[in-house]
Amino acid sequence: MARIFMKGCEANAESAVRAGCRFFAGYPITPQNEIPEYFARRLPEVGGNFVQGESEVASVNMLYGSAQTGTRSMSSSSSTGISLYSEGISFMASARIPAVVVNVVRGGPGIGAIQPAQQDYLQATKASGNGGFRMIVLAPSTVQECVDMVYEAFDLAERDDNPVLILADGVLGTMMEPVELPEMKSDEEVAALKAKYYEKAIVGHPITDRKLGVPGSVGTGQEIRNIEAAAMYKTWDKDIRCEEYMTEDAEIILASYGISARISKAAVKDLRAEGIKAGLIRPITVSPFPYDVFKNLDFDRVKGILDVEMSIPAQMKWDVEYAVQDRLPIHECLRSGGQIMTKEKVMEEAHALVKEVL
Amino acid sequence: MMKKVYARTTGIQDKVSGFCPGCMHGTVHKMIGEVAEELGIMDRLVRAEGVGCCGLGQNYVSYDTTISPHGRACAMATGMKRSNPDSIIYTYQGDGDLASIGLAETMHAANRNENITVIFINNGIYGMTGGQMAPTTLLGMKSTTTPEGRDPEKGQGYPMHMCEILNQLTGPYYLERTTCTDPAHVRKTKAAIKKAFQNQIDGKGFSMVEIVTSCPTNWGMTPLKAVDFINSDMLKEYPLGVFRDRSKEEKEAE
Amino acid sequence: MERDLIAAGFGGQGVMMFGTLLAQGTTDATDKQVTYFPSYGAEMRGGTANCYVAISDDAIGAPVMDQVDDLVIFNDASLEKFIGKLKKGGTLFLNTSIVKTRPDRDDITIVEAPVTEMALEMGNAKVLNIIMLGVYVGYSQVIDKEVILKAIEHKIGAKRPQLVPLNNEAFEKGLEIGKAARK
Repeated sequence: MARIFMKGCEANAESAVRAGCRFFAGYPITPQNEIPEYFARRLPEVGGNFVQGESEVASVNMLYGSAQTGTRSMSSSSSTGISLYSEGISFMASARIPAVVVNVVRGGPGIGAIQPAQQDYLQATKASGNGGFRMIVLAPSTVQECVDMVYEAFDLAERDDNPVLILADGVLGTMMEPVELPEMKSDEEVAALKAKYYEKAIVGHPITDRKLGVPGSVGTGQEIRNIEAAAMYKTWDKDIRCEEYMTEDAEIILASYGISARISKAAVKDLRAEGIKAGLIRPITVSPFPYDVFKNLDFDRVKGILDVEMSIPAQMKWDVEYAVQDRLPIHECLRSGGQIMTKEKVMEEAHALVKEVL
Repeated sequence: MMKKVYARTTGIQDKVSGFCPGCMHGTVHKMIGEVAEELGIMDRLVRAEGVGCCGLGQNYVSYDTTISPHGRACAMATGMKRSNPDSIIYTYQGDGDLASIGLAETMHAANRNENITVIFINNGIYGMTGGQMAPTTLLGMKSTTTPEGRDPEKGQGYPMHMCEILNQLTGPYYLERTTCTDPAHVRKTKAAIKKAFQNQIDGKGFSMVEIVTSCPTNWGMTPLKAVDFINSDMLKEYPLGVFRDRSKEEKEAE
Repeated sequence: MERDLIAAGFGGQGVMMFGTLLAQGTTDATDKQVTYFPSYGAEMRGGTANCYVAISDDAIGAPVMDQVDDLVIFNDASLEKFIGKLKKGGTLFLNTSIVKTRPDRDDITIVEAPVTEMALEMGNAKVLNIIMLGVYVGYSQVIDKEVILKAIEHKIGAKRPQLVPLNNEAFEKGLEIGKAARK
């Protein structure tokens, strides 16, 4: 397969089209504008529909509407825009609608900064909207992973009848990297996917076979739905993905996801070159989170953890702390507000940790 | 030989509705069902209903139905129609849903001339939540949030006229306001609903029927008094008529 | 081996094209890993423009670095902003037509080229970035010159094939300066 040099946002969009995505609605917000722009050009070529929504609120509900027809559908936004998606995502999770949402995270809180950040971790993994629903949240660290995860996200969404979130960031959205694109699903395959969904789709049926899209209900109905959803979330243990790099003999562990993780990985190499036994744990699914990887660390050998993320205050650290409890000191290596993590910064904080614990 | 002259529409379920006495939702639901039968679209029909009393319709209609977040029915219908043009999609929204929280979605779906049908129930009040002020509440009309009557001097604004507002846009294809106070107006309303669906079948675009109705419960009136109030007050503020009919313009141009 | 650079200048000097040609060309013609990160701001035009490019045989960590091997500078403001990010022993490529100041560092090598004047002499001020790309490739030898010639054909030739010979010529001129400076 030939390598193509692509911008993260555009690679995301092309991968979605290849996965059979035929609907996109979105609203302009930096740094993800190249996603809607790409879809606006590309979807008409494959018989799909692009709508520029009048707001994020409208866009997420267009997504919700389209996804209910069994058409593979996606939307993207960034941080403050994703806040406006909350209600729509919550409705989709309650009504069990498969859809894919990409968050190209920028600085926050509030309007924050248009530059890259990782400040939506807790929102993405714990409470993307009201009601306590959950989503599979995939955190790519390269443009290639963006491509692979978007392609797969549609399958996961349809398997679970649940929205799936791709938690990217402004670096991944803006940077260019060589990628290999997945296979383009044929028109027949795309049509078959939609046909398969007909039994659930809200598209019109004979009245003897009526379909009802239900994002809520009265009486005990909602609790029954919540119990069903909770049971489904429990099946996600098999979906947990985590990269462990040089952890076999590591004495300090860098814990990091997404863009910060690839920077941390480079730092691990440099630390090893200095003779420091460093390793990296990179959650690839940040929801479900790989708690066991941290719980199962050899606490006699590992002396400390450095939580590396582009968020102040730290957010993923909550999950790491939950897994590790008080068994290890957890230091922080943080940037935020659009300031990008650098290897130099990680090295500095790693050295400080080493000095304290080794 | 007996001749069947009337049958209950298959578009509503055979059960007693929970709507308040004198509420006109039932009448409108019945007419939508009849229109769907007459146009032969029952198995393509999709209802995207708003939140509020209009969101109770899912329990009574018999065809595919989905519930949008409050105010977002036009956005949801946009996604549904674009991705499945064979469906015949209508939104069913109250005044709070369509004209307050969903104003932007309504305006922009109309502006894009989305090929959907909008049934807008205007009774000048929030029903399900217990009678708060709606954007369509008349001046002087008491509600639980305008206990002394709606007063623009108190920063409570003026009644919003959705047909007139949407008529400022180039986009929409058909806008009509009707009421259901007597058999003649019910028949007119049904004709308007039928036209609004026919437009969608013909691919013409955004068609809205605003139906001025009552809310006897929250207005604090008997059903009959509420009908009188529509005639004496509501229709003065919300005059009936066709505001936009591109099909007429097209015919005249021919 | 990983080699990182920052290119920076005014908007309109072709800084982003400098970076994309280098990165795109390397992707297309080699098996190397490449990242390109354009800085972005709220303004669409004006202000400064800069980008980061990393070329490596192995997986690349940070696409944005605090310390780089090479710094390609097209104006004074960018020199001031980025000189601190050049590694000890690194190389500074300067557009001497515009940049009048010199850094107060003796731990770096400076390669000078009056690329704005050269471009004007060639009759098209816009090719200054392509001349600089030649200087960079000629000096650093991070990739073969054919890689860039192909990229010019691919990226510029796709929309404006008539400009390919001019750009090729500009690139070759820069290449000579870069090679000469290496000696």
